[in-house]
Amino acid sequence: MTLLEHGPEQVGLLSRSPLVDEDFDQHRFRIHRETMTSPIVLAEEMARIFDRCWLYVGHESEVRNPGDYVRRPVGGRPVFMVRGAKSGQMHVFHNTCPHRGAVVCRHKSGNSKVFQCFYHAWSFDSEGALVGVPGREAYGSRLDFDALGLRPVARIESYRGFVFACFDPGVPDLVSYLAGAREHLDLIVDSADGAMEVVKGTNEYGIDANWKLLAENSLDGYHAVPTHDTYFKYLVGLGTDVSGGVTGVGRGLGNGHAVIEYTAPMGRPIAKWAPQFGEQAKEDIAKLRVELVARYGEQRAARMADHNRNLLIYPNLVINDIMAVTVRTFMPLAPDRMDVTAWQLAPGDEEPQLRKRRLDAFVSFFGPAGLATPDDSEALESCQLGYTSGGVEWNDLSRGMTRETNSSIDEEHLRAFWRQWADQMGAGGREESR
Amino acid sequence: MTATVRSLNLTTLTRADVEDFLYREAALLDDWDLDTWLTLWAPHGVRYVVPCNDTPDGDPDSDLVLIDDDEQLLRARVERLNSRKAHREFPHSRTNHQIHNVVVGPVEADQLPVAASFTVWRFRNGKAAAFVGRHRYRLVGDGNELRIQFKRSVLDMTEMRPAGDMAIIL
Repeated sequence: MTLLEHGPEQVGLLSRSPLVDEDFDQHRFRIHRETMTSPIVLAEEMARIFDRCWLYVGHESEVRNPGDYVRRPVGGRPVFMVRGAKSGQMHVFHNTCPHRGAVVCRHKSGNSKVFQCFYHAWSFDSEGALVGVPGREAYGSRLDFDALGLRPVARIESYRGFVFACFDPGVPDLVSYLAGAREHLDLIVDSADGAMEVVKGTNEYGIDANWKLLAENSLDGYHAVPTHDTYFKYLVGLGTDVSGGVTGVGRGLGNGHAVIEYTAPMGRPIAKWAPQFGEQAKEDIAKLRVELVARYGEQRAARMADHNRNLLIYPNLVINDIMAVTVRTFMPLAPDRMDVTAWQLAPGDEEPQLRKRRLDAFVSFFGPAGLATPDDSEALESCQLGYTSGGVEWNDLSRGMTRETNSSIDEEHLRAFWRQWADQMGAGGREESR
Repeated sequence: MTATVRSLNLTTLTRADVEDFLYREAALLDDWDLDTWLTLWAPHGVRYVVPCNDTPDGDPDSDLVLIDDDEQLLRARVERLNSRKAHREFPHSRTNHQIHNVVVGPVEADQLPVAASFTVWRFRNGKAAAFVGRHRYRLVGDGNELRIQFKRSVLDMTEMRPAGDMAIIL
């Protein structure tokens, strides 16, 4: 798709076209660095991507009981997710009083049957209905109070516990949107026997870099070994056999979603033992593997137990199922700044000793104080700084592009993200189609 | 550390003695002399915990935390920060570890509980970040020296975002 196909009204919004330049015959897939630096591109992304795509809100386990709520930004907008006290249904409301605008849900999380705006004391129940207006008689009899309830976001759907919202009422249903990503969500959730929960505690950090750099980095197998040398040294120090290296495949899953699926020296709580879990865990993890085989057969169980998967659900949700499962979402605040929020997902009925090993495995790698995540932040900020140097216009993302099957250290899965981005932004340029 | 040498009896240590110890720790961290900093820790069963910003009461056995280092991970963290491959801290930030509002004791089970507020300033690449919170220590006597058995640093910043990340030791 080229800029012109989007009609004349959009020509000129982006300062050049294409921003994503693909030419199979020339082994060329390159991204113009303006995609990372331009405020115009960001404004267009907000309108064309974040206001149109399904975006992750939270996990059903965070609002288990009627009246439970969590407040958070989604797509740059403050919203809150609440389980209706009467209906038990999940709601996601715009966090603004329909009266005069103040934020209605002011605690980060909690349980409440009533949400009262502190400004003029209008109050709403957990289903969103307006239930209290001080001095109601002053409004006479003709005002429709039913229309002044909390405003739900245009669309809310959930898939296997993951709750998504979309600000575009015309978006296709979530399952269609998830396309090939569903299979991988299923693998993760099924390995936990269907009952995952968000572990208490949130990583809320920031990176001075363009948000798309984290989309790339989160499933960039190519960087793992050179960037995370100190983490692999730690594993070696624990007696880990790293000779097998990191090997696997990378691919697009449709609609911009992508995955790398690979084996690596790290252990997996379900269910691959490695020295990081300690000798005494061997038996527990072997037992979990036997249970997986009994439930799903050897082939699917092996895929669940032995293979890591870094999954990108376009545009800004990453679920990495490695030495622990992390759920990570990120939003741009500026072309060179993003907020990152990450949670840990674990089986709800996990044995305490297994949970502890999972927590240890997570925290040694992930998070703003882990042995690895800060170095990713440094890499992304370093790229962002490098772009300001000028002299180089394009990033190269062509690794493996003429191979039949791309490995997890090639870049086909990253190209899948960028092709979708280019289509949505009207900023693509393809010399041929494969 | 003459006061410590004079008395290994934790019950007779003054707040000034403890402050001297904490100031020494702060100076070692500011000097990036992490190998010496490691020697401030007790020989066995140590733990260094930093809960997530949104869960100051977080239990590292059941909740997600930012740091839950045992002896091995503490060593790995130091080895990493000493290497040229800790990219976030190569070159090292310039830091200033400030300690105040120190409250000491009373001794429980041969351990001296200490609470202290901290402000840790980190400057790097023209950017400044402040980490603010409160340490809780359990100190023990080891020979003639005080040692850290347990350290928990609870952040008062509601989010890590303003500081970006926390690759340094608080």
